[in-house]
Amino acid sequence: MKKQLIELRVNGRRHELALEPSTLLLDALRLDLQLTGSKRGCEDSSCGSCTVQVDGIPMLSCTILAASCEGQEITTIEGVSEHGSLAAIQKAYGDWGGAQCGFCTPGFIMTVKHLLAVNPEPTDEEIRSALSGNLCRCTGYNQMYQAIKAAIVAEQKGVESLSSPVR
Amino acid sequence: MTDFSIIGKRIAMVDAAGKTTGAGKYTDDLCVPGMLVGRILHSPYPHAQIKSIDTSRAEKLEGVVAVAIGKDAPNTYGILPVGHDEHALALDKVRYVGDNVACVAAVDEATADRALELIEVEYEVLPAYFDPEESMRAETDLIHDNKPHNLEKDYHHVFGDPEKGFADADCVAEARFIAGEVTHAAMEPHSTLASFEIDSQTGKPGRLIVWSSTQVPYYLQHKLSLVLEMPMAQIRVIKPLVGGGFGGKSEVIPLEIIAAIAARKARAPVKITYTREEVFWAHRGRPRTLIDLKTGVRKDGSITAVKARVVQDGGAYCSYGVVTILYSGALLGALYDIPNIQYDGYRVLTNKPACGAMRGHGTVNVRFAFESQLDELAARINLDPAEIRRRNLLQPPCVTVNGLRVQSYGLPECIEKTVERSGWKDRKGKLGKGRGLGIACSHYVSGAANSIIRSDMPHSTVNIKIDRDGGVVVYTGASEIGQGSDTMTAQVAAETLGCSLGRIRIVAADTDLTPIDIGSYSSRVTFMAGNATLRAAAEVKKQIASAAARKMGCGADELVFRDDAVFRKSLAGESPATTQDGRVAQQLASVSGHVDGQILRGSLQQKRKDEGPKDSMSFEEAVVAAIDFHGTLTGTGSYTPPAEARGGRHKGGGVGPSPAYSYSAQVAEVSVDEETGEVTVHKVWAAHDCGRALNPVSVEGQIIGSVWMGMGQALT
Repeated sequence: MKKQLIELRVNGRRHELALEPSTLLLDALRLDLQLTGSKRGCEDSSCGSCTVQVDGIPMLSCTILAASCEGQEITTIEGVSEHGSLAAIQKAYGDWGGAQCGFCTPGFIMTVKHLLAVNPEPTDEEIRSALSGNLCRCTGYNQMYQAIKAAIVAEQKGVESLSSPVR
Repeated sequence: MTDFSIIGKRIAMVDAAGKTTGAGKYTDDLCVPGMLVGRILHSPYPHAQIKSIDTSRAEKLEGVVAVAIGKDAPNTYGILPVGHDEHALALDKVRYVGDNVACVAAVDEATADRALELIEVEYEVLPAYFDPEESMRAETDLIHDNKPHNLEKDYHHVFGDPEKGFADADCVAEARFIAGEVTHAAMEPHSTLASFEIDSQTGKPGRLIVWSSTQVPYYLQHKLSLVLEMPMAQIRVIKPLVGGGFGGKSEVIPLEIIAAIAARKARAPVKITYTREEVFWAHRGRPRTLIDLKTGVRKDGSITAVKARVVQDGGAYCSYGVVTILYSGALLGALYDIPNIQYDGYRVLTNKPACGAMRGHGTVNVRFAFESQLDELAARINLDPAEIRRRNLLQPPCVTVNGLRVQSYGLPECIEKTVERSGWKDRKGKLGKGRGLGIACSHYVSGAANSIIRSDMPHSTVNIKIDRDGGVVVYTGASEIGQGSDTMTAQVAAETLGCSLGRIRIVAADTDLTPIDIGSYSSRVTFMAGNATLRAAAEVKKQIASAAARKMGCGADELVFRDDAVFRKSLAGESPATTQDGRVAQQLASVSGHVDGQILRGSLQQKRKDEGPKDSMSFEEAVVAAIDFHGTLTGTGSYTPPAEARGGRHKGGGVGPSPAYSYSAQVAEVSVDEETGEVTVHKVWAAHDCGRALNPVSVEGQIIGSVWMGMGQALT
């Protein structure tokens, strides 16, 4: 297939890429932009390791075409840290053992970021439900629930902020 | 010393930020110039002779650089020295759907996939065996010609007098238990990148560098050496971040060898990453297991004898099979005090993906059977299931009837805790129809006492280097696979040296840089690599202490290392370092701050001259003093399991022994929908005797994660 010039906005930066129309967003991110934080775990929308946000909505980048995201704002895990420091949710995942091998972690964090954006104080049930599209084989999930709650508290307190580089 | 400053604290893993930001690199995230993509052609038949392979059309496709087949590297290999029965690419025969036939190295994945379709393979399909009991009766069309009746290995062990034991029993239960096959399903599909360096002297391809998602980089180096006929010193294996193992990456997986073969043939770097489907074919999971179990107890609940006949459906290759079938028997006998045991284990070949090691290697299915039967016996003699377990405890230190040395034994406490926390006494049997509590116990090695390749070599070695900057670099061959190996190493080094975690840099699992460690399997890393780290750090500490003591005009044994400072023990009680959040350490550190090594040294010497002997030094000052005195500051430590922990003398007695065992008890509250059979697990109380929890976050993570993985097996 002949390549076409496609413009993708990723983490606030504009990229012009020559891609085959059939190129998956995940491959464009990983192979063309070297944004390897989004992972290929199953390639069939089962595991959630490839989750990115497209216009703020969590999407599985292994099953959407890069070309279909033109004109939309894509956020990957690489766009989550704030001014070179960990965002509250990233810090909390580390502190609470929400990440072990870490392969699923970027996908989870993209999902959680969306949950907390639309529902800043989710119930346990809502957290579980929101995370149900992402699989983890190491942790057993419990530590992630704790991390999410800790991140909410940290954000609310603005805690000398776990995330803010400015003190 | 139990007053630790870093050990036992809840700390984030040292590599956590790389994982939560996406910056951390796994093998499939790596890219080197000129890298090709490798894709593997798999067998569509479970059992067939390969009559011919024609790769010419595939080779002609634009973008294809090489097509590798079995003849390109015909040597056999296997993880066990007794099980060298695999070819990276099939030579003349395929033995399961998914067996490896050819590999295309091409400029991209799409081209490689198109080329696979152009490879023409002529097969002569053979009868296949899918059921182990049927496979054991086979006379013809054997899966491996040198394995009559498709029997990989059988063991027959008798300890004590089982027949007399059963005669002494008041109650005997006998049943067949069947446990289904399980796969690890680590989130990261296996991936390997192989690249040859050009030798500057010869101008020809020289050393091989392999990045791979492995739990065992040194075993990989060894097997690559066998298959490629290269000296090990010419092969460098590097383990990047690994996205979960659980045993599935604890042996050499076909793609790891195939990538190297393809890179050699293509004369270019080749990366192969399995699809999820290929991960299932590569497998090496827990085998389907048939367990015919007979147990006898007296009225008081004491076990008199156990007899087990275990048949494992091992799949098409040996893999870890010989060890798996031995573990099934060995650890059957060492959780409780069982005086008489008969074990007949059969590892059987079938035309399915090979089984290997998976979490709780070899022990889980037999444990399920035994614990189930113990419950049945408890009911028949009218004894509480928790109580019957208490009545069969070992009395350590002891050696079990099958030769396993048990020195510490936390099982009684584990039972007590889970019974207490679950409200067992008040709630057992009172939760209404369809809902109840159950208990089971287990144990596992803290590292096999014998390596796969038998030798007296240490199982773990760690080197430490400290330079004038006060940075501590720890070189360990241990493989971080998400379990916290690097973090544990950093904690042990920092605690021993009394320095902050921020000073520690871990260089791990790179055969060029790090001393040998046999790998992340058999729950061995914290115990063995941890002890090696402790010894290496203690050696360095001794050197620092002798130099610091000279400067401070006291004996080395009077010094305490803590909070980035070295001070005299007599002052420890009143030292601000211990009473005021390390204020002394900070103050001292500021003396040295922001100046380079030479100036630092001069200024410190000046300061020392001005002040004479002091009561404390910063860690950096002490390091500089030690380097001035000794010339260099390095240390090494290793761990070798003691001879007395290496097990019985019977055939197969090398599997099961460990320098230490961990114990666990677990209570689960479960209900079953009597209409549909649907089971709901409401809560699990788990207690593990893990010794001291070096990092509670990691330990809880392992326990919770293993409970979930176990539930996955139990409920599906």
